[in-house]
Amino acid sequence: MGLRGLFASWKSVAAALAALVALGPAQAQREGGAHIAIACGALGIELELCRDAAQEWAAQTGNTVEIVNTPNSSSDRFQLYVQLLSSQSADIDVLQIDVVWAGMLQSHLADLEEPLGDRVDAMFPALGANNRVNGKLVAVPWYIDAGVLYYRKDLLDKYGYAPPKTWDDLTRIATAIQKAERAEGNGRLWGYVFQAKAYEGLTCNALEWVASHGGGSFLGLDRAFTADNPQARTALNRAAGWIGTIAPRGVLNYDEEASRGVFQTGNAVFMRNWPYAWALAQGAESPVRGKVGVVALPKGPDGKSAAALGGWHLAVSRYSRHREEAIDLVRYLTRAEEQKRRAIVGAYNPTLTALYDDREVIAANPFFATLYPAFENAVARPARPAGARYNQVSDAIWRASYDVLQGDSKAGPALTRLEDEIARIAYRARWSEQAE
Amino acid sequence: MKSNRLIKNGALVLLWIVVALFLLFPFYYAVVSSFREGSAIFEASLWPGDPTLANYRAVMTDQPFAKNILNSLIVAFSVVVLSLGLATFASYAFGRAKFKGRRLLLYTILGVSMFPQVAVLSGLFEIVRLFGLYNNLLSLVFSYMIFTLPFTVWVLTSFMRDLPVEIEEAAIMDGASSWTIVTKVFLPLLAPALVTTGLLAFIAAWNEFLFALSFTLTNEQRTVPVAIALITGASQYELPWGNIMAASVIVTVPMIVLVLIFQRKLVAGLTAGAVKG
Amino acid sequence: MSRRSAIDAARARSAWLFVTPMLVVLAVVAAWPLARTIWFSMTNATLVDLTTYDFIWFDNFVVHAEGRWYGIFTDPQWLRALWNTLVFAAVSVSLELVLGVIVALIVNASLPGRGLMRAAMLVPWAIPTVVSAKIWQWMLNDQFGVVNAMLEGAGFTDGPIAWLGGSSLAMVSIIMVDVWKTTPFVALLVLAALQTLPKEIYEAAKVDGIHPVKVFFKVTLPLIKPALVVAVIFRLLDAMRMFDLVYVMTGSSEETMTLSVFARQALVSFQDVGYGSAASTGLFLIIAMITVIYIMTLKPLGQEKAA
Repeated sequence: MGLRGLFASWKSVAAALAALVALGPAQAQREGGAHIAIACGALGIELELCRDAAQEWAAQTGNTVEIVNTPNSSSDRFQLYVQLLSSQSADIDVLQIDVVWAGMLQSHLADLEEPLGDRVDAMFPALGANNRVNGKLVAVPWYIDAGVLYYRKDLLDKYGYAPPKTWDDLTRIATAIQKAERAEGNGRLWGYVFQAKAYEGLTCNALEWVASHGGGSFLGLDRAFTADNPQARTALNRAAGWIGTIAPRGVLNYDEEASRGVFQTGNAVFMRNWPYAWALAQGAESPVRGKVGVVALPKGPDGKSAAALGGWHLAVSRYSRHREEAIDLVRYLTRAEEQKRRAIVGAYNPTLTALYDDREVIAANPFFATLYPAFENAVARPARPAGARYNQVSDAIWRASYDVLQGDSKAGPALTRLEDEIARIAYRARWSEQAE
Repeated sequence: MKSNRLIKNGALVLLWIVVALFLLFPFYYAVVSSFREGSAIFEASLWPGDPTLANYRAVMTDQPFAKNILNSLIVAFSVVVLSLGLATFASYAFGRAKFKGRRLLLYTILGVSMFPQVAVLSGLFEIVRLFGLYNNLLSLVFSYMIFTLPFTVWVLTSFMRDLPVEIEEAAIMDGASSWTIVTKVFLPLLAPALVTTGLLAFIAAWNEFLFALSFTLTNEQRTVPVAIALITGASQYELPWGNIMAASVIVTVPMIVLVLIFQRKLVAGLTAGAVKG
Repeated sequence: MSRRSAIDAARARSAWLFVTPMLVVLAVVAAWPLARTIWFSMTNATLVDLTTYDFIWFDNFVVHAEGRWYGIFTDPQWLRALWNTLVFAAVSVSLELVLGVIVALIVNASLPGRGLMRAAMLVPWAIPTVVSAKIWQWMLNDQFGVVNAMLEGAGFTDGPIAWLGGSSLAMVSIIMVDVWKTTPFVALLVLAALQTLPKEIYEAAKVDGIHPVKVFFKVTLPLIKPALVVAVIFRLLDAMRMFDLVYVMTGSSEETMTLSVFARQALVSFQDVGYGSAASTGLFLIIAMITVIYIMTLKPLGQEKAA
């Protein structure tokens, strides 16, 4: 009793001092309505779209919104969320979360089943399955992503190639065009750019290579390590062979934006990226405007094309002081009209399946039609089996892949080491003691 | 003989210039980069060319960088005041009095100053969370004590020991209390030492990164080093290097000016704790 | 006699009163958190919920279970981080020491402009570490960096060098930046020591025609040794806990990950408070060992002014 009282008064003293130092987080009460802080995109069109829509909502409802600035890199962003949520801070009400974070953050997120469950049922089924964790709906999918292959239509036409169906095709075409173009004096042209920096994007790329060779997705749903197989080795060794031949060595430091930079300035024949790059590559100032095509990613000899499932969802913090308003903002941002606007202006792929039949959406993004099957059959990263440990598992996957790409190691030993690392994670998480 | 000496001096001057260039070039290049905009910044030229203030404007308007500077100032000043206040009295006890356990305490404090910060991170997380200080500047003021306090105590103790005994004895004979002696007699004498240690504590707090990165979240609460490390550009099309360099120059120039003004005192302070101990 | 003891008594009375506030603060910010970190290192706590966990003794450090070895001491990544930290500390401190002495000797020569030179030395030291990391990251950028441009312009290389990504050059780069930033600090300490040396010895040596290099090794070096020891200890401890430079320049890349970066990654990125605390405790023990050795070599402080 005495101790609790002491802590309570401590807390109030600290809070008073805190308010003094912070020069008052007083905006909250100023306007009468609720003050909602939302963390969405970090920069560019993503941020603009979010800001505009959120302010629209604020104007209509008499509340105020604040866009919380978040780091561009998604692993930095995740760290911030973890720190914030685990301290039960009410500083952010609505958060944009990655598809793989649902399991990791679920204990901090409000259940959206009752207000927004119906809406999620109208979306791609994989998304609902991903976001219903422990019997609650932790987030509403906002846009869906999957890896796709961009190619230079003009260059393929010039040399008489069709878009590649297999990785062998891609390697062959890229080698041939790179050689021919360089002979013509286009010295900076490379065959293929992708994301090989040691970060989450490399896990997506590696998953696509391995899965499209029929090598599984690293971790089975029963948490068994499945990646140490001949197909996975072939896939990783093949990718390592691209470095320095059809891909610049610098690709080892490329994320999405760095690879887009190379492709969009006309210096690459092929690029693996997310659908967002389409609108930018076709933008008014883009040097490759009108010269770009999109197809599904190639496959291995005995696999089928595999695209890593990506996308971002909106969740409401359990510690929000204005949960009703926060949910209403999520409702507003994920409704069909808003998803349509985002699809047309920013080429963000709607999660509502009905929008793929919308004439205006398809007119703005003809390639959406080709993406639909990819979304339905996208390969999920092993987030479900890894659960709260997904970040660690993914970190191990991208480090093993990076070792192979960099040439430090062949795929065989790298995958053996990966298995050992995942065993360590499993031991610490006590996976063997708890059935999934 | 004479020409020999000339050659020797010439060689020395040349060496000086090489060393100075190596020391100063990175800062010079940051300044040059900060005045360039758009694609000009990617040309890696050594001259500003067509200087513009656009990066400075962008840093101050696109992000709450002014707020970040204010945060850093608030934190650093609070840290300096608190640690000097606590350390002055402690150093009187350590420097002038003989009491049991004094030496053990001093060495323990020296040990604390050599702590790896990360060793207290999980424990501090718990405390910060308990008091609801997360994403709050108070958590930084509080946690920075761990490195400023031991160091101010040590340096002030070594200064305190050097002060003449006679004044203090006279005061004690006059019946002055220890409180009066510290505040009325020693404080004025210690002023130069306080300036030096205060400045060193200020610089340490101003530069701190690990705690600031871990205990703040929103851009508005960040201090300058974290803000610079996590800076994002105004648009997707440009790498924000121009902004980063502008921000770097803004926070570095005052530091350099301070350090140059107080250079003799700083060197004395840096060596005092170490050499005399 | 009685006057002395009266003064001592007066001082001693207030001593504890004056020391206590500072000790309380240090206990709250240092001792208690450290104790909690050590406690957490023997649990499987996670950041999601710091209040429920199991006590697992030394399983986070080393344990044999299910036919394998687990724990940080058998974790290849932690061992790699340990290796990186040791390499970084050893190489950067040695370089800083040698260069620091050389720079101090150059600056100590009595030539006009010595003050300016000393001022120039303070500049890298005055730049916040994060800022210097960012400036160097920009200068070492593989596509647009001025370092590659200068090397190419001078004809040393014909293609861009990826300084910070995908090669063992990353550690070289980080050491280079650290040397740039802290050599001046070492040089200043050495310079302070050099300026206390008696001039007569050098004049005598000159008269006797002893070679300057010999004078340096026989006379100067032994005399500035105490200052060098201090500089080495300070730099070594700093280097062992290196965080900001590495974190800003190369993130958590395996090539350069130090023990501090490893611990923070386990703690914050992976929310694994138990494992992260074990890593922090490991680092703490290493540094504590160095500290104890250092303090034991110090002259006892109680006997008034040493030297």
